Amino acid sequence: MKEERKGRRDFMGMALGACAAVGGVGALYAAKRTWDPLPSVKAAGFTTIDLSTAKPNELVIEKWRGKPIFVLKKTPQMKENPRDIVIGSDRFLVTIGLCTHLGCIPAYQKDNLLFFCACHGGKFDTSGINEPGLPPPSPLEIPPFKIQGTKLVLGEEGPEYKKMLADGIAV
Amino acid sequence: MRELKIVAVVVAFSVLTYYLVEPYAHHEMHKQVDAQGVEIKVESHGFTYDGSDDIAEAERKGDVALAQKKKAFWAEVADISKLKGDAAVGEAGFALCLGCHTDTGTNLGGVVPPSLEHAGRIYDKNYLIALLKDPAMASNVNHKYADTLLHPMGSIASMMSDKQQIADVVAYLLEKKAGEVTPEEAYDEACMRCHALRYANITQLGKTPSFKQEKDALAHKIKVLDEQDAIKAYMGKLPPDLSMIIRARGEHFMETFIENPQSQLAGTSMPRVGLNHEGYEKVKEYLTEAGDPSKKAREDLGPWVIGFFVLFALLAFLWKKHQWRELH
Amino acid sequence: MAHFEKANSLGEWFEQRIGLSTLNRVLNTEYWIPKDINFLWAMGMLLAATFGLLVISGIFLLMYYKPDSNLAFDSVNYTIMSQVGYGWLWRHIHGVGASIIFLVIYIHMFTGIYYGSYKRGRELIWLSGMALFVAFSAEAFSGYMLPWGQMSYWAGMVITNLFSGGSLEAYGLVEWIRGDYVPGDAFLTRFFMLHVLLLPLAIIGLIVFHFGALRLPHVNNQQGAEIDFKEAAELYKAGKKKESKVIPFSPVFLSKDVFVMGVYFILFFYLVFYNFEFAMDPVNFDPADGLKTPAHIYPEWYFLWSYEILRPFGKDVGLVAFGIAQLALFFLPFIDRSPNVAPAHKRGLFVVWFWVLIIDMIVLTAMGKLPPTDPTFALIGKLAAWTFLALGPILVLITSFEKKIGKGA
Repeated sequence: MKEERKGRRDFMGMALGACAAVGGVGALYAAKRTWDPLPSVKAAGFTTIDLSTAKPNELVIEKWRGKPIFVLKKTPQMKENPRDIVIGSDRFLVTIGLCTHLGCIPAYQKDNLLFFCACHGGKFDTSGINEPGLPPPSPLEIPPFKIQGTKLVLGEEGPEYKKMLADGIAV
Repeated sequence: MRELKIVAVVVAFSVLTYYLVEPYAHHEMHKQVDAQGVEIKVESHGFTYDGSDDIAEAERKGDVALAQKKKAFWAEVADISKLKGDAAVGEAGFALCLGCHTDTGTNLGGVVPPSLEHAGRIYDKNYLIALLKDPAMASNVNHKYADTLLHPMGSIASMMSDKQQIADVVAYLLEKKAGEVTPEEAYDEACMRCHALRYANITQLGKTPSFKQEKDALAHKIKVLDEQDAIKAYMGKLPPDLSMIIRARGEHFMETFIENPQSQLAGTSMPRVGLNHEGYEKVKEYLTEAGDPSKKAREDLGPWVIGFFVLFALLAFLWKKHQWRELH
Repeated sequence: MAHFEKANSLGEWFEQRIGLSTLNRVLNTEYWIPKDINFLWAMGMLLAATFGLLVISGIFLLMYYKPDSNLAFDSVNYTIMSQVGYGWLWRHIHGVGASIIFLVIYIHMFTGIYYGSYKRGRELIWLSGMALFVAFSAEAFSGYMLPWGQMSYWAGMVITNLFSGGSLEAYGLVEWIRGDYVPGDAFLTRFFMLHVLLLPLAIIGLIVFHFGALRLPHVNNQQGAEIDFKEAAELYKAGKKKESKVIPFSPVFLSKDVFVMGVYFILFFYLVFYNFEFAMDPVNFDPADGLKTPAHIYPEWYFLWSYEILRPFGKDVGLVAFGIAQLALFFLPFIDRSPNVAPAHKRGLFVVWFWVLIIDMIVLTAMGKLPPTDPTFALIGKLAAWTFLALGPILVLITSFEKKIGKGA
């Protein structure tokens, strides 16, 4: 008799525990959502930049989602690369201006034709490719873009960007 | 005894770590080396100016022509410095200066020409001579101009070419424009036209007055923004607000940077300002007032608090002795 | 309801209701500590005192601090530092205290390692202590964000970027942590919450647990000797204080603690008033600017050794190495295979291992701050990182073959 009552109590206790656990998970989900970026923050994630005013071998730094964006119009002497964004006969390097190692902003050295990151000595060439053997593990990232005439909308994914994604150039 | 040995070990390792991450690491981080990898010692010259830094810089760059030009320039400055200037004669020459240095806060060629009210007091004599000869060379910003006479004050060369005339004007400044100067005046004349100081309520246009009407306040703000745009266009970027600079930079950096901005920030568009020792001390005092006003209170309170804990430790030691006396 | 007599004094009134004298006896006058100790046994008290100072100074800073990315910098550097009466004092105490508390934590930790105070019944003390170390690290890091200077911003950027490594990227983990694409307002306010509420609560809870875990195994002593605390306590209470191996926490042990604390505070306040730049980096007096990286980004000195372990490797490997480094110390009671509880100098090769560990961590710390562009420093850093990772397996090996020390020794 006593034994049976204990078992029953255990069952009720476990049922209560399970119920509390479900509630807890629900509350955790709410807590997780509270930490998500706000809709207004997400909506502010589109920037249009005009490429027609860029001059060859002169780095322009734009801003997108609080990150610097490097825009470099390539000179004909600079190596071609599938990472280039081609508009008419002009080729552009457009990347997020943060070192892929730990997110510092590399400086463009016009005379040496390379991006140098002062934090840990990383180097990237004019196609944004990292020099092997240095801390950065990958090339400078290409932000999602869509070409509109001579303009570029950052944050939207155009066909050229999707092709880069498919080729594994953009991540 | 054993306990003292342990103290020694703990202290030794703590001090070693401190030495490595503070003095040593900071020295390594800010070390400048030339092309051969030899360390360049950046040192203050006590706020006197003879161009030796500028010449050495040009030589390091391997620009022989520029080095020669700078040598000749500063040699000439030294020559003029030896001439005896006549302040009375210099007054007429100084009248030419007032054409631009109007004290009305009008932007000319990118910046507001500074007030010269205490020029003879806060600036170095050699620097003033050099400035009257060729402003871009004197300020060591010749790299900004294809022709140094494109400097906003470059037209001075056509107004004052005679060596004696320059000596006279400088003599006038050193005699007549050398009254007592307050820290705030020193800042206003030497720094303010480019650098705001928001903790002292100062913009590039001076102290911001208090306005009764919001409209007037906004109108003033627009004037400030316009001025800042003009400076930005001229300097390449808006020079930073200096409110906290006294805490953000060390003494050695401040001294060598103000004497010669290129020494710490090669290629910067900031000109050498030419402050003499007194001028620097005054500016530093004002920056301290804005950025670290509690410095004095801090340094005054320190000995009392430390003394208190010396006494505390002493009493604690006696109490400990008392408590432990029966234990061994 | 229990029976209560009318109390004749305030003391008695409390005595009836909360048993003050019992509490005092259990926590103070009959809480037994071994007599065979040195000043390193006072580090716990120094930590408690420094934590107290941090809480008090923090409360005053909280009165004027504004957690807003537009206002934070000026609320600290203008309002608190120059307008609020003695605001500068609280800030300097808070800044220096946050840094120096890690020095004491490290000394406390190494003391525990040297004397084997993490073994045989004391595992929970070690584990809760390590949890405190992690909680304090999080507390220090979140607090470092609050003045919103250049170092705040860029340290926040670099450290949160750790969570963008490899496959983590796909989940948008970095954006989730930051509440934005870059550190911004949402980032600042959530770290503010962590710093002033959640983490301090966790720390206080952990401290209570840490003390509780100490109760049954008791504090270790200089020889790691087993003591019959009951017997020794009886001896002490019978007045045979010389013969007894224990002393009561209060006032005897406390008197030594307080003296060490007095000496410590002399150093502490010297740093607060005259030598604070190691704790309040000048670079952080430049306001945060997301488009201008400082020439050198480095964490505070107490994070440098683990930062250096991360640095020589690529992103994913670095993260794994970093993770191992953080967790390795947790497992110390379990990878030390020797049953000996004794000071390191009596444990053969272990003493060598101990000093190599300390020197390696100091080398890592130094290399973590030195510019990595110098190939010599980069190489030394890499070697030190590998050494650190190797020290774990080596410990298993040498402690497995360690000679057992007889009880008499």
